[in-house]
Amino acid sequence: MEQESELFECGHRACGGCGPALAARLILKGTGPNTIVVASTGCMEVFSTPYPETAWGVPWIHSLFENAAAVASGIESSLKKQGRDEHVVCICGDGATFDIGVLCISGAFERGHDITYICYDNEAYMNTGIQRSGATPYDANTTTTPAGKCSTGNPRPKKDLPAILAAHGASYVATASMAYPNDLIRKVQRAVNTPGSNYIQVHAPCCTGWGFDGSQTIKVGRLAVETGLWVNYEMADGEVEHVRKVANRKPVEEYLEAQKRFRHLFRPQRNEEEIAKIQAIADHNAMAFGVDRK
Amino acid sequence: MMEILEGSHAVAEAVKRCRPQVIAAYPITPQTHIVEALASMVADCELDADYICVESEFSALSACLGASAAGSRVYSATTSQGLALMFEVCFNVAGMRQPIVMTIANRAMGAPLNIWNDQQDSISLRDAGWMQFYAEDNQEASDLHYIAYKVAEDHDVLLPAMVCFDGFILTHTYEPVDIPTQEEIDAFLPPYNPVNILDAKNPMSLGMYATPDYYMEFRYEIEEAMKRSRKIFAEVGAEFGETFGRDYSGMVEGYRLDDADTAFVAMGSICGTVKDAIDEMREDGKKVGLLKIRSFRPFPSEEVKASLAGVSKVAVLDKNISLGQKGAVALEVKDALYGTGTEVLDYIIALGGRDVRKRDVRAVADLAEKGIGDRFYGLRTEVL
Repeated sequence: MEQESELFECGHRACGGCGPALAARLILKGTGPNTIVVASTGCMEVFSTPYPETAWGVPWIHSLFENAAAVASGIESSLKKQGRDEHVVCICGDGATFDIGVLCISGAFERGHDITYICYDNEAYMNTGIQRSGATPYDANTTTTPAGKCSTGNPRPKKDLPAILAAHGASYVATASMAYPNDLIRKVQRAVNTPGSNYIQVHAPCCTGWGFDGSQTIKVGRLAVETGLWVNYEMADGEVEHVRKVANRKPVEEYLEAQKRFRHLFRPQRNEEEIAKIQAIADHNAMAFGVDRK
Repeated sequence: MMEILEGSHAVAEAVKRCRPQVIAAYPITPQTHIVEALASMVADCELDADYICVESEFSALSACLGASAAGSRVYSATTSQGLALMFEVCFNVAGMRQPIVMTIANRAMGAPLNIWNDQQDSISLRDAGWMQFYAEDNQEASDLHYIAYKVAEDHDVLLPAMVCFDGFILTHTYEPVDIPTQEEIDAFLPPYNPVNILDAKNPMSLGMYATPDYYMEFRYEIEEAMKRSRKIFAEVGAEFGETFGRDYSGMVEGYRLDDADTAFVAMGSICGTVKDAIDEMREDGKKVGLLKIRSFRPFPSEEVKASLAGVSKVAVLDKNISLGQKGAVALEVKDALYGTGTEVLDYIIALGGRDVRKRDVRAVADLAEKGIGDRFYGLRTEVL
């Protein structure tokens, strides 16, 4: 079979089974070649652009960790003045998005720049060695929220960034998972063709940071959706439109047990209380978004 | 055409004639009048630019970086804490070789909070890879913008430039200023002609990371570009002089230096006061002169050495201090004069907007004559 040409080329230095690398490849299938990508400092920048090599088949720029949305604002403004029509798409990790970059993202969305901001969410600072971010889920073991005698891991739930950006008046907000490729590609296509500021948060499992075998990335990504711990949905003008329904939602243990970052909830003994709290998060998600297919 | 303009408006008029396509700025005293004036020009369709009302100075310069990388001529202005908030982006802009021009309305750094003038803000960014030009008056402040764009965008340079002028003392002062016509500036400053831009028809990656195998060579290239900018500045400054009658070919400018025994060295608006004081002292028979530094980065060491060759004492007036050492200008001058035997005395003066009068300049000359230097001048010891 003839190899389809890729805008995110093979030969980058990501780990085998890297969720974000797969996400990047799918995202560019959605944007097409008439696109300028703005990146943040992070895993993807490092594994895809060691000078003088690059994996990017579209124009790509990285400035700093926290300013992709502001750089994208300037690019969009510049293109507008020149009468050019490329899509401006940020592809940034969760640390750059949820934490250090929030000011720039808030400013860009409030001004309504015609950009699509895509967060590849691997739920921690993976490039620097698995430290907690605002996207890290409750009870995850990270190097800055280690499980210990007096700790069950990350003490706070994941920040609801899609809701925050919807509240900014974003035209289109969606969550997606690299484990559902066609859904992700379709959402990216919709976002880049929707005028205004748009946001997509892509669940992108990190085999190294989460502790699972690189062959299991898609399976782990699907388990997050099948348990209700990750919900794939779309919002237009602040209203939830489409939610991926789940028939016979699986217990959260199936997702948690597949990853070393939650191992402390099962060894040396099961922590029923904490597992129940995480099940409650999934149940709340299912209720809030109507996930269960009745 | 000669007009009576507030300094900020003189700068805004100059910036308008440079035809920036994207402006991103955040208001901060005493820079505000510049960006307000530009916003009005855009609102009245006098200036065909996209004006981005960013949420911080950090985003202002980040947006300028993106706009520049996409192929537009861009502009911003800031001061003090705003410049400090841009710190990280400043290094990045220079490293990514974007010829952005930014006005600095010089202002003291907190704490304590102080909105008045000294030059600590831009001096603290001296190592970021930006050219830094300092203006004595509002004519020079506006003229330096035409020159800054032309030097920054020269393909042998491709470095960002700060045009620095003293907050309030110049920004809020009305002076007669000659603003060339748009046609005259269009003839002097051609449209932005970038080398590499973000373009889907010709994809390339910009701002990649570099390992130890490559990083040092990038820094070397910036330094070489800084060196080349000296010649380009002289050419552009001379061309401006031939066209408009005001010569900026020198990175330094001497005043009554030819037979001087003692020379002041200073940057910015204080030079006007020093010149007046020198005229008075000359009437008293004192052989004093001034060397004005117009470009702090790149620093014109050769010109400083040549200009001060016949001088026995140099009194540097530093509106900044590198805490734990001396004033930054004095350090540069000492380096330039190393081995010549000329005595360099440093005076930290006028920090946080304290007024400097002719009598203060005369008092410094007296101290220098006695060899008393390297101190804060005008300290109020009663409040210590």
